[in-house]
Amino acid sequence: MALRGAIVVDTERCKGCGVCVVNCPTQTIALSKEVNSKGYNFLYMEKPENCTGCTNCATVCPDAVITVYRVKI
Amino acid sequence: MAEKVLMKGNEAIAYAAINCGCDGYFGYPITPQSEVMETLMKEKPWETTGMVVLQAESETSSINMVYGGACCGKKVMTSSSSPGISLMCEGLSYIAGAELPCLVVNVMRGGPGLGTIQPSQGDYFQATKAGGHGDYRMIVLAPASAQDMYDFVDLGFELAFKYRNPAMILGDGVIGQMMEKVEIRPQKARRTEEEVRALCDSWATIGKPESRRGNTITSLALEADVQERHNIKLQKKYAEIEANEVRYSTYKTEDAEHLIIAFGCMSRIGEAVVDYAREQGYKVGLLRPITLFPYPKAAIEALIPQLKSIMSVELNAGQMVEDIKVIANGRVPVNFYGRQGGMIPDPEEVFEAFVKSINK
Amino acid sequence: MDIKDIIKPENKVYGKTPVLKDAVLHYCPGCSHGVVHKLIAEVIEEMGIQDKTIGISPVGCSVFAYNYLDIDWQQAAHGRAPALATATKRLMPDKYVFTYQGDGDLASIGTAEIMHACNRGENIVVIFINNAIYGMTGGQMAPTTLLGQVTATTPYGRQADLNGYPLKITELIAQLEGTCYVTRQSVQNPAAVRKTKKAIRKAFENSAMNKGTSFVEVVSTCNSGWKTTPVKANKWMEENMFPFYPLGDMKDR
Repeated sequence: MALRGAIVVDTERCKGCGVCVVNCPTQTIALSKEVNSKGYNFLYMEKPENCTGCTNCATVCPDAVITVYRVKI
Repeated sequence: MAEKVLMKGNEAIAYAAINCGCDGYFGYPITPQSEVMETLMKEKPWETTGMVVLQAESETSSINMVYGGACCGKKVMTSSSSPGISLMCEGLSYIAGAELPCLVVNVMRGGPGLGTIQPSQGDYFQATKAGGHGDYRMIVLAPASAQDMYDFVDLGFELAFKYRNPAMILGDGVIGQMMEKVEIRPQKARRTEEEVRALCDSWATIGKPESRRGNTITSLALEADVQERHNIKLQKKYAEIEANEVRYSTYKTEDAEHLIIAFGCMSRIGEAVVDYAREQGYKVGLLRPITLFPYPKAAIEALIPQLKSIMSVELNAGQMVEDIKVIANGRVPVNFYGRQGGMIPDPEEVFEAFVKSINK
Repeated sequence: MDIKDIIKPENKVYGKTPVLKDAVLHYCPGCSHGVVHKLIAEVIEEMGIQDKTIGISPVGCSVFAYNYLDIDWQQAAHGRAPALATATKRLMPDKYVFTYQGDGDLASIGTAEIMHACNRGENIVVIFINNAIYGMTGGQMAPTTLLGQVTATTPYGRQADLNGYPLKITELIAQLEGTCYVTRQSVQNPAAVRKTKKAIRKAFENSAMNKGTSFVEVVSTCNSGWKTTPVKANKWMEENMFPFYPLGDMKDR
């Protein structure tokens, strides 16, 4: 059994602090090249296939912008 | 016949607090008002009415406990004397800014600084003009007897809740320490949780039901226009208080040509001066402001046409007299006689000063 | 498996608690305040006490905590939150009352209030954010600023002879008979965040059991005040703050 996960980022509220990125154990996430309306490089799944839905990114997020989904396959 | 008990003015404050259903008292000892908390601790109202009584670590803390209690829609109070009230001014500014009801008793002593423990009325400016920062006002009641000390506790709470504004009983060491017979009023029940919610749920921090969002009590507004709107709202409230809540009494003013204005203990000496002056052939009357804010402007205004002089008699260097001069606006001479440092004038002394003032 | 098939309501394992309002936090990117706010909100949700919790916000960056948690809030004068909390809890003993205070608020101007509230053993929760700097006023020295640390008012670094020593107030608090639980935590990585959440939960539970004051310090970052990035700030905190402010429970009874 393996875990597959995915995250949804509220990109308008993300401030691009990057604390989640360094705490991702599977190097799934990165900050985008584009910016949101406030000028922040927001979070996105660079390698979605890596995500296990571990919730580490959401746990450390100061702005509660990450929702995590997980399935067992 | 209601029960009459011989007690100090300070003790009257304590008994009145218990009797009127006060929820909490938070204080710090200071002469000449320490009997307030001592009496409460002796009476243990937490075992009868459920009233909380707590000795805080400072006056700063007491007033902020009052702030917290007032946020909960509770009838909360503190008492202190002049130096302690100075420490409370920060908290009073927040309470006024956040529009909360509470009662503060100041049993005034002489200043500045540590000053003296003897009586004074040197905190008139501080009480009526706001001792803390920003444009705010307190409702200020000036007791002249132990009975007033007793009755003004309930009245103070009533006014404080009516306007969601701090109210102050501005007594002095004479009134606090003097023993007189006091008529004890029937015991009122403390408000129940349901009554508090019915009365205060729109603003108080009593736990957010699902039906509303959380209430926030704050005096902060970073945006200038929001703060100005708040200031204008406060000023409107103070104008309403001035229109509705003026209290004063007069003594032999009907035919008076000269008016003595005095509050608190000095109004009692003022009555003796009036009688003595009338024996000597001077038509003198007395006006005693009971509320110092709102001030009885209209009552003084109405007497001005018949007056040749006004004399303000105070236990300070001349504070209330400034307000009277603004009302008189040059139409009638406004004189002043005061003693300071805890000294209290006798009626003859005030009479001599009066005679001198009208012959100068 | 397609992402679309994963992102379904029944597969949701973590999301924003409804106790947090929708308002965008005014804090700088990466600020620890946001994480701690979230944890308090999650604990309130999990304990089902949203209708029974009163928060007291301080003066400092977190003065606006009331904009983010949908509960009843009081906003105290600088340092006085424990006094407000004392009266609130004593007048409404069935409520959960917590103060949320920074290092300037709690360990400088409000030292008397916090010491005496803890010493009386008020049944309240104190959340203490220690980031060793004054954030809101622009990065001046805090009582907890480390020796040598550069701030706007210690431009050459904090010197003991000039500025005194950093104050380990939590160690002092732990000595007071009135406290039942005193702990120091942090929120820089998932493990630390989970530990801090447990600590906050325990603190709220203690308050219901009338065991005395529960005090949770969270060693935090202020990357704006420290003039660095959020990620580097966490590293600086681990390397410099933790040796002086070691993590863990100081008291639990």
